[in-house]
Amino acid sequence: MHKVYHHVERIAGNVITIRADNVKYRELAEVTSRHGSSLAQVIRLEHGEVSLQVFAGSRGVATDARVRFLGHAMQVPFSDALLGRAFTGGVQPRDNGPTLTENLTNIGGPSVNPSKRIIPCKMVRTGIPMIDVFNTLVESQKLPIFARAGEPYNPLLARIALQAEVDVIILGGMGLKHDDYLTFRDTLEESGALSRTVMFVHTAADPVVECLLVPDISLAVAEQFALEGKRVLVLLTDMTNFADAMKEIAITMEQIPSNRGYPGDLYSQLASRYEKAVDFDTAGSITILAATTMPGDDVTHPVPDNTGYITEGQFYLRNARIEPFGSLSRLKQQVNGDTRDDHRTIMDTMIQLYAGYKETTEKQSMGFRMSEWDNRLLKYGERFESEMMDLSVNIPLEEALDLGWKILAECFDPVETGIHSELIDAFWPSNGQKPEAVAVASD
Amino acid sequence: MSHATGTIVGVNGNMLTVAFEGAVGQNEVGYAKIGDLGLMAEIVRIRGNLADMQVFEDTTDLTVGGTVDFTGDLLSVELGPGLLKGIYDGLQNPLPDLAEECGFFLQRGMYMDSLDRSAKWDFTPKASPGDTVTAGEILGTVPEGIFEHAIMVPFAFKGTFTVETVAPAGSYTIEKTIAQLKDEAGNSVDVCMFQRWPVKMPITAYAERLRPTEPLVTQVRIVDTFFPVARGGTYCIPGPFGAGKTVLQQITSRNAEVDIVVIAACGERAGEVVETLREFPELTDPRTGKSLMDRTVIICNTSSMPVAAREASVYTGVTIAGYYRLMGLDVLLLADSTSRWAQALRETSGRLEEIPGEEAFPAYLESVIASFYERGGIVRLKDGRSGSITIGGTVSPAGGNFDEPVTQATLKVVGAFHGLSRSRSDARRYPAIDPLDSWSKYNTVVDNEVVAFAADLLRRGTEVGQMMKVVGEEGTSDDDFIMYLKAEYLDAVYLQQNAYDTVDGATPAERQKQVFGVIAEILKSSMTFEDKDAARRFFHELTQLTRDWNRLKTDQDGFKEAQARLDKAVSEVSKNA
Repeated sequence: MHKVYHHVERIAGNVITIRADNVKYRELAEVTSRHGSSLAQVIRLEHGEVSLQVFAGSRGVATDARVRFLGHAMQVPFSDALLGRAFTGGVQPRDNGPTLTENLTNIGGPSVNPSKRIIPCKMVRTGIPMIDVFNTLVESQKLPIFARAGEPYNPLLARIALQAEVDVIILGGMGLKHDDYLTFRDTLEESGALSRTVMFVHTAADPVVECLLVPDISLAVAEQFALEGKRVLVLLTDMTNFADAMKEIAITMEQIPSNRGYPGDLYSQLASRYEKAVDFDTAGSITILAATTMPGDDVTHPVPDNTGYITEGQFYLRNARIEPFGSLSRLKQQVNGDTRDDHRTIMDTMIQLYAGYKETTEKQSMGFRMSEWDNRLLKYGERFESEMMDLSVNIPLEEALDLGWKILAECFDPVETGIHSELIDAFWPSNGQKPEAVAVASD
Repeated sequence: MSHATGTIVGVNGNMLTVAFEGAVGQNEVGYAKIGDLGLMAEIVRIRGNLADMQVFEDTTDLTVGGTVDFTGDLLSVELGPGLLKGIYDGLQNPLPDLAEECGFFLQRGMYMDSLDRSAKWDFTPKASPGDTVTAGEILGTVPEGIFEHAIMVPFAFKGTFTVETVAPAGSYTIEKTIAQLKDEAGNSVDVCMFQRWPVKMPITAYAERLRPTEPLVTQVRIVDTFFPVARGGTYCIPGPFGAGKTVLQQITSRNAEVDIVVIAACGERAGEVVETLREFPELTDPRTGKSLMDRTVIICNTSSMPVAAREASVYTGVTIAGYYRLMGLDVLLLADSTSRWAQALRETSGRLEEIPGEEAFPAYLESVIASFYERGGIVRLKDGRSGSITIGGTVSPAGGNFDEPVTQATLKVVGAFHGLSRSRSDARRYPAIDPLDSWSKYNTVVDNEVVAFAADLLRRGTEVGQMMKVVGEEGTSDDDFIMYLKAEYLDAVYLQQNAYDTVDGATPAERQKQVFGVIAEILKSSMTFEDKDAARRFFHELTQLTRDWNRLKTDQDGFKEAQARLDKAVSEVSKNA
């Protein structure tokens, strides 16, 4: 038996306040008025007053709206019937399939006991050298892609999803342009991956509160698949929109903002989502890749900044290339020691030399004379950019490592690379051109 | 004595407003009921008959009108044998036991005994009937792994007591009475092998605090040589994300020369704790030959676990550290990250609608941070021995900007500052401690004067490097250029350290003295070269020779030869040779 209320006291933003008794914190209610009906969730109890955020927005909600409490918090249906389907943030079908109502499971469940986690140890091969060689992706990792709006982060997410060997792909779209949603869907369909994909997509045109639900719903479903032993990849795009939706609600609720209007618990809120990435002891895993756009290309903006502290590294996407500086996979050490003996050394050496190249280009642009060493760096840097960094390069890890040695050998003497002698003896290509024979690049 | 009860009148996030009857105290713990489930909560503010309580759990399903049972106690932890090897959450619930009970997920409202009630410990009495004792003095001992765990007079006992009886040597559980004491008024009290202590109160059952002087060797060269930490000192590691704070903490927790390490993983990634959880039992402590886990306590309240318990976790950690300090042990407390703890304070303060200070942190942030670090220190015990707590806290400043409130409040109260820099980590120069910004007030493991010389060289070398960006290499004198190369060389072979190499990853104090001596001689020698390219080439080779040398064990074949090769290379270009 659920009580029904007919009088709304206040409406501010997407939050309505009524007087009601015996309401549970975070309980769902159905709000119906002449212009339609929507779900709403309790976000504050204060003496006899109950504040609810209305998922479809408060537009058209009348003071005599009918509010019926459902007695439970937000739930999502879970079964294999989800696969191949697309839903809104409110779990309504976005395709022409039926509405699912079976086997409901709670969203935003408790966190995993750290002692039931295992150390991630399986590499996810992507065929992108900037990831495989330099910042290896690991199963159960949580990793954001930091990019300016306009960078091709969505195609990159789609490409990784297609090339990674996983059982289930879950796409959580927040504030996604409708075109982008269709692009995702078509890309997945063309490659035959749609049948192992579930999509929860909030588009920019949908009510903002639904945006808040997308990560929780996506991750709750992912968790259920993972508990069945499946390896799940969750793509979340764009988490900045999620944070902005949170900001909107917080301001409506008159919370004291901490930094650029974002609520003080931004870190905890983001963390409770990202921390769902897990490799279960004796069950499956969840890997999370999330796009986070940086307003003004500023990594110190609260959203990318807090994200960086939560996630296990980050990829910077700049000028359609994954930047070697700043990009980091914290879990790479778990796997790159077992791939090939030279993996770590190639990784460090090539980046250090590329940093040298960057310094040299600065000097060059200021018109300084280039020394012999500078010319070698210039030659190296250009080859590195075109043969390794370009996103169109698609080669397995081993080939990429060999290519690394080849580039090094054609640009430098062994001692100039700083690689210790054992590896030089084992891997330095014997037929590499002598640096003396290199034509001076500039001049 | 019956305790107060209350009724919930408001729920906002993890904050409850409770109307109570009877008397309650600030920081008193109560349980908010949902059916049979009780959610632990702590009073953070009282106004009239309304108490604001922060709940240590998810508050979903709480209703207005629900009951709250107060306990009369403050948030406390259990102190007794069996803490070592423990893996606890912020409220000292044993996580492995919870996993056995509840499976993969942490269920709310589940609280378990921190210490095993059924385990038996071999008790050896140390006090005899008739002795007079005060809080913190030893009644007996039990072996706990490699340590003699002291069973002490409970710290809450005020005044002097006379020992009436002590249990004979034997095997007892922790709840068994092992001594009876008589207080000054003649009342008899029973003492068992464990006690409870409120986490937010410092344990002061020692004779006096001493000044930290002796270095604590972490085996990280840039720390021990340039920015040392003292036994009983405090230090902080601020740095932007990705600069390697946590890796540095992990390395320290493995290699630091202390008796016990308490790791308080506070609001950080679960994955990092898991590495420690899974790897420590496999690793051997080189000093004892036993598993590293035998000397470790892990308090782990990761970022997705409830925020209020995150705030409690650093106090739980420092309380356990304080307990072992009173046994005459050197304890290292690593808190990662204190910013998350400060953010927990901020979230609570925001929900209480307190007037915010800078960046919405509460105005009392500084005093809270200061009093936390003040719980470290080296003390003389009542029996004359000494024990210490060294506190190392990481700070995660927003945007990597050290001007923010948490970093600034921390810098005021610590003895050493290891600032990590983004530019060093981008250039893969690990550990990314900035050699120009960082400082320490403690004593180094090598010669102070040589360190000053090397630090000066680093600074001038960096200046030359900066200048070269403007005037170019051709505009730099040969002497300046060589200085620049020397600074780069020092950086490459001494400041940078490969944490994943078994030899290079941990450099004992003796070896630091030796290697630093050799490198200092190289830096001091004056060199001449044909041109700048020749100089650069020479230093490339020298760097490689030295790095190879760093990877050799001191007792390994080739160590002396490698050193000789270095000397030879240098003598060839030195004027004075």
